[in-house]
Amino acid sequence: MKWLATIVIVASFALPPFFAGDFYINLASQILIASIFALSLNLLVGFGGMTSLGHASYLGIAAYVSALLTSRYGFGHGAAAMLSLSATVVMAALFGLIALRASGLGFLMITLALSQVLWGLAYRMSGVTNGDNGVAGLTRPAPFGIPLETPASFYWFVLFIAVLSFLMMAIFVSSAFGSSLRGVRDQPRRMAALGFNPWLIRWITFVYAGFWGGISGLLYVYYHKYIHPSALSITSSAEALLGVIAGGSGTLGGPVVGAAVVLLLKNFASAYVERWNMLLGFVFLFIVLVMPAGIVPGVEKLTARFRGKRS
Amino acid sequence: MQFWIIQGLNSLSLGGLLFLLSSGFSLIFGLMRLANLTHGAFFMLGTYFAAVALRSFEGLNIWITALGVGVTVAAMGGLFERLVLRRLRANPLGQVLVTLGMSFIISDACLMMWGGDSIPVPTPRNLQAPTRLFGFVFPTYRLVLVGCAIAAAVVLYLLLERTRLGAMIRAGVDDSQMARAVGIRVSNLFTMVFALGAGIAGAAGVLGGPILSAYPGLDADMLPLALIVVILGGIGSLPGAFVGSFIIGTIYTFGTALFPELAYIILFLPMIFVIAFRPQGLFGRVIA
Amino acid sequence: MTISRRQLVGGLTGAGIASIAAPRILPAQISEPIRVGLLAAKTGPLASGGIDMDLALTMFLKEHGGILAGRKVELIVADTAGVPATARTKAQELIEKEKVGCIIGPLAAFEALAIADYLTEKEVPTLGVAAAEDMTQRHPSPWFVRLTSTSAQCTYPLAEYVTKELKFQKIVTVADDFAYGHEMCAGFQRAFEDYGGKIIQKIFTPLATPDYGSYVAQVKSADAIFLGTAGSNGFRFLRQFVEYGLKEKMAVIGGMTALDESVLRNMGDEALGIVTTSWYSAELDNPLNKAFAPAFRANFKYDPGYYAASTYLAGEVLEAALNATKGDVVDKKALMTAVRGNNAQTIRGVIKFDEYGNVIGNVYIRRVAKIEGRLVNAVIKTYPDVTQFWTYDKTAFLQSPVYSRDYPPAKNLEP
Repeated sequence: MKWLATIVIVASFALPPFFAGDFYINLASQILIASIFALSLNLLVGFGGMTSLGHASYLGIAAYVSALLTSRYGFGHGAAAMLSLSATVVMAALFGLIALRASGLGFLMITLALSQVLWGLAYRMSGVTNGDNGVAGLTRPAPFGIPLETPASFYWFVLFIAVLSFLMMAIFVSSAFGSSLRGVRDQPRRMAALGFNPWLIRWITFVYAGFWGGISGLLYVYYHKYIHPSALSITSSAEALLGVIAGGSGTLGGPVVGAAVVLLLKNFASAYVERWNMLLGFVFLFIVLVMPAGIVPGVEKLTARFRGKRS
Repeated sequence: MQFWIIQGLNSLSLGGLLFLLSSGFSLIFGLMRLANLTHGAFFMLGTYFAAVALRSFEGLNIWITALGVGVTVAAMGGLFERLVLRRLRANPLGQVLVTLGMSFIISDACLMMWGGDSIPVPTPRNLQAPTRLFGFVFPTYRLVLVGCAIAAAVVLYLLLERTRLGAMIRAGVDDSQMARAVGIRVSNLFTMVFALGAGIAGAAGVLGGPILSAYPGLDADMLPLALIVVILGGIGSLPGAFVGSFIIGTIYTFGTALFPELAYIILFLPMIFVIAFRPQGLFGRVIA
Repeated sequence: MTISRRQLVGGLTGAGIASIAAPRILPAQISEPIRVGLLAAKTGPLASGGIDMDLALTMFLKEHGGILAGRKVELIVADTAGVPATARTKAQELIEKEKVGCIIGPLAAFEALAIADYLTEKEVPTLGVAAAEDMTQRHPSPWFVRLTSTSAQCTYPLAEYVTKELKFQKIVTVADDFAYGHEMCAGFQRAFEDYGGKIIQKIFTPLATPDYGSYVAQVKSADAIFLGTAGSNGFRFLRQFVEYGLKEKMAVIGGMTALDESVLRNMGDEALGIVTTSWYSAELDNPLNKAFAPAFRANFKYDPGYYAASTYLAGEVLEAALNATKGDVVDKKALMTAVRGNNAQTIRGVIKFDEYGNVIGNVYIRRVAKIEGRLVNAVIKTYPDVTQFWTYDKTAFLQSPVYSRDYPPAKNLEP
């Protein structure tokens, strides 16, 4: 029954291109990309208890490497994707070595600092990155010869990757490794006493999260066909973090919902509300006050209470 | 020689500004274990208030303005703590969300009220003429700012070490459960400290105004600086914030002058080293 | 929902705009309105310019009763927030959801570059204000024209003026460390050194610079300092420059945005005497500007500057083009040809476009003066019909690399 429901939900995700206008399909693609990004950050924040404010590093590095390889060095998209994901993983591994020396606010700050260094380099090394003019004139890949130029085809492509990412991350957290990660989050000493290596568990999670951040970065650059240092900025990291928390950290649906809320307020509601930044702030306030654990856990609690009353 | 003296003075004045900015943040974090990401917005609010007050009332004294604005922002901070933050005591992620949310609200409200222009905060008239010392020229107000920072440090130190409130705060920092047990009303204490921290940020915004001007984005420029200082100095340590401010002021000033190529990352590289090798910061204690 | 936004725009400028909202209420016998999109950063660090762009264009339409070339015009304003990715989404909103016939803006080069390919792909006539050199040089688009100036276009006359009239020989440049600042300083340096001057120091300050003190203290002794800045940063730099007593020692000159009216209105007498160059000044003495600038001031209590003038200008050019096509926007090619072909009378004087879509028009050297208690950019010299290539050979110009932080190389820097 549950599987059937899942299949129906996923299938319904595939439908928008049949009735919605281009603008809305593109918006949906962006939401999916932001969801993958938020989900990957959630591995750290929600399941690992590591609040990172530098996750845009991985999105940005994958996007930049792919953009530069395809536009400047004539690489095909397949090879460029492989190389940029490898670069992302290597960087995440390195950053993990440094960042995991700290915890709590220190971890937050060191991830922020590392991403700011990357941002600074992207800005300053204009000979390589073209600085704040960004890298333009990019193309989208054509996997198996299928062009992704139309909003609909690109949406389906992103949906496919998103479902795959979602499954891979779901498997990760529900595996034995995932439970040891939660154990390390809640009881690091006990886990260590039990013979686990908390550091290694955190580090592997860090790298895994970086990888999926890189995936979202590839989709990001395919979508925009342009990359600019702002993709690496604090704002970019903070938006994802806010999405994760607002949706419900440590849940699988939460980041998706949260990312959608942030993106819709920013890109859709802003057309109707001049003071959309303020609205965003009030929405966050409202969410935390009404549903302190986030939207998804909050709604689950409400429906549970509702059901309890019925029965 | 002139280079070293002028940039040395610059380091001091920037350090003073940074201490005014970050001491409130450090105070709040020390007691409440709360990273108040609204801090930059409180600072910016102070600068805008100063710009409005000092430009509309000719001859208004900047020190009185700083006091008045400090009290105003403190009241706002206290209210914010009472109404929102106290419900989230054991929810650090929730705190991140509301403090950032609040800073969005404040900065957008500033944009709505005062538009997108940068609005200068006038330098006090009697401090406008540059100071000339041995043939060097240096803005007088910057020198005064260093004095302000030192005075603020002394006052805060006395407040923490010599007053009843300070004793309660220290007790709360060391062991809030025990403090509660001996009859300290920790929840009121939290409100007071949050208000105090916010008020210092607001007053710092006033005093920084003549150097920085009020402009949209000031909050986002200042918040990372406050974080860097307290991380370097040791989270929640007032002496740490003091020393950290002047170290950062020096690194920034000489770094951008001597290595302009590194201007973007000059503040973050040292921080990465510090956290990597001394995660508790220079003056911080290891938190069990 | 769309109505609510139109009310919002109307609320900003008074009831006059109501005529724009009318078509939806009136019966369908009146033809569909022309839909024009404005991309402006109305929040974020660039908000100052974005807000003025919106105000001026709305005012332009209001003055025309919401009708250009006999057709109703509906303006849809989208806030890019000064972020490239948001600019892209907003461009999609305007084109895919709002079905606009043409786009005005955006302001920042990186916003314009983020959407350039998309706009070309969608074949949307764009009246641009961003200054990025290459958009009308090595990578022009048939669908893009620029009404204002390239980053460097206005600096060439200034270079001539300061060498020939003010006899400056050594100059320090300072600018924000991004493409606009790099290109502007590069262009100024090229012309100034070709006229025999020397750029002895180039300072680029990061966009988020908390304290300009350490930069001001580095400035070397020279005849003048050239400000290639925009918005609040240059303003803050200049204030520190004055506080450190440097304005007594050297002259200050600047590019088209450094002492913009939006900056001047918040400055004091320390700005007096600063010489800058631009394609506009609120003080311009031509009939159109004599109507526009006072009206803008009456409405909003301050002088229009670069940003306000840029969209008002866009309105004028669009109107001239629509007059030529008799109000037709469906034939986008014809509209674009009309835009490029017309010699529009505007608030900045008569303008034309070169084959790359860049404006050819007057450039004004201005000096800050006090008139009726306000600081203004008084025009002291007019350079007529300045092109983006100045006196240089076009082919050679386009064959060399685009201006950047390091090109052309500065040969006269003092250690």
